[in-house]
Amino acid sequence: MSTGTAINNWRRQARGTFVIAKKNAILYYLKPPVLIFGVVFPIFFFLSFKMGRPIPPEAIVPGMVAMALWFTASAVGPLVTPWERRARTYERLISSPLSLRAILAGDVVSGLVFGAGLSVIPVVLGLVLTDAKVVHLPLVVGGIVFGAMSFASLGVLLAAPPASSPSNIMLLSNLVRLPLLFVSGIFLPIAEMPGWARWISPISPLSYAGDLLRCGFGQQPYFPVWFSLLALIGFTGILFYGAQIFHRCWQAKGL
Amino acid sequence: MTAVIDVQKLTRGFGELTAVDRVSFDVQAGEIFGFLGPNGAGKSTTLRMLTGIIEPTSGAATIRGHDIRTESLAAREHLGIVPEEANVYLDLSVWRNVMLMAELHDVPRRQRVENGRRLLDELGLYDRRKEKARSLSKGLRQRLMLCSALVSEPEILFLDEPTSGLDVHSARLMPTIVRQMNEQSLTVFLTTHNMAEAEEMCHRVGIINGGRIVAIDKPEELRQVMKSHHSVVLCFETEGVDPEQLRSLPGVTDAKSEDAGFLRLYTEAPGHTATQIVRLADTNGWNISEIATCKPNLEDVFLQLTGENDTAK
Ligand SMILES: Nc1ncnc2c1ncn2[C@@H]1O[C@H](COP(=O)(O)OP(=O)(O)OP(=O)(O)O)[C@@H](O)[C@H]1O
Ligand SMILES: [Mg+2]
Repeated sequence: MSTGTAINNWRRQARGTFVIAKKNAILYYLKPPVLIFGVVFPIFFFLSFKMGRPIPPEAIVPGMVAMALWFTASAVGPLVTPWERRARTYERLISSPLSLRAILAGDVVSGLVFGAGLSVIPVVLGLVLTDAKVVHLPLVVGGIVFGAMSFASLGVLLAAPPASSPSNIMLLSNLVRLPLLFVSGIFLPIAEMPGWARWISPISPLSYAGDLLRCGFGQQPYFPVWFSLLALIGFTGILFYGAQIFHRCWQAKGL
Repeated sequence: MTAVIDVQKLTRGFGELTAVDRVSFDVQAGEIFGFLGPNGAGKSTTLRMLTGIIEPTSGAATIRGHDIRTESLAAREHLGIVPEEANVYLDLSVWRNVMLMAELHDVPRRQRVENGRRLLDELGLYDRRKEKARSLSKGLRQRLMLCSALVSEPEILFLDEPTSGLDVHSARLMPTIVRQMNEQSLTVFLTTHNMAEAEEMCHRVGIINGGRIVAIDKPEELRQVMKSHHSVVLCFETEGVDPEQLRSLPGVTDAKSEDAGFLRLYTEAPGHTATQIVRLADTNGWNISEIATCKPNLEDVFLQLTGENDTAK
């Protein structure tokens, strides 16, 4: 294949990714499960966390932004694939001239846009209602974008197993997302967590996104900034690669 | 003519079950090829392998020369597919459903709008383009699927039981449109268990049963295979006719009682046999109420080849 054709193919697949992301946005952003797990969950956690704590409210803003992002960005993937498998529209996508990678990338993009878009809400609320200040804007933006990218990839990976109903996948995704929430330095800075939790926290992408956001809001980061950024990119790559393998594997089994 | 679909020993198992067993055939450019078989024969499984939805266990297939495994994107580039179930996006409008498929095929905007309008109009859906697909009946969803499949101007159209469960009007409209498109060089691969449809629409028919192809030929050739299945059907007014005497007439290979007192005699020379029946009836004083000679239809061929006739005989 010549380079020209390769580039054309790549652009063709990229347009397909955009088409898929647009379809997901129209069809799934307003579906109840996405709203419940993506929007209601973080609000609930925020309230239960906030109640009766002596810490200054601005201190928890970056953690809240990271947590909201964690839930919203990873909510889209686990809905789309099982839903489409059940409605059998999934078949139409995989029999179209789009690679599985382009389709899954579309799912990641729709999660990313959903998460990053909705994260504006906690950011604005934090800035308006508390004394929190954005100190390094690029880090806030970078934390949100790269964080959303890796969380959305996680969501797409979690959507891979075949399930008779989308709610099973929702359950599975919460089994993964909730425990990780508690070891990622959201409720307690990583430095103050017990030793065992400090050992686990590096395996959660949320730790790095939260850390970048904390730094962006002028707090002390736990990891070096460059390391957090690299880690989020690495997580995105690994999770997305894994998603492709698992989706392909289940597809070949004929579901 | 060149083969646009070439299938070699394609096989697919589900656990213990071999749903499709070393199936080989080819479809020529501009041809309407029908895959005929009973429920569970492996028709859909074959179609799903060719369209990249599931992977074959073994065997090979090419579409326009592109291997379906190694060059699956190129192989899928020029396909239109109407699956067994009309799995439209229920929450998208009729128009958006069609546009989504066009966009997935990367059809430029002007062309997809133009094609979408024309196709929806031809299939009687243009007035309902703003409604959600959820509000369409099964038959209309099927038509929407056809629009979505054709909007990208495919070279090859796959239809999985396109007319099952449709009313007479829809069931006639589908083949009409498909044939029209075929005249403009569309190649069609369709599956059906409706013999009349296969006989009427297809240039060639492959008969599949239990995952294996049992015959591939033109419908009229398949009928020729069944020479011994020409028959004479008759009914007497008189009681007490001895069927054994009829059965032993020269040339009669088999006899079968049918509903309402009709008797079917299989023979290679139905005209000759009819004459003899009349003579025999005359000698014995039997009154014939009805008599007719019949050519075998695809259904007979089908039943014979798939072995489901054994008990009936
Ligand atoms: N995903 C699957 N898992 C397990 N078995 C399957 C699967 N898909 C099909 N089969 C089996 O494979 C066989 C062939 O099925 P297929 O759908 O190809 O039949 P068909 O010829 O299309 O029948 P129909 O006329 O009912 O549509 C059947 O016995 C079916 O039960
Ligand atoms: Mg079928």
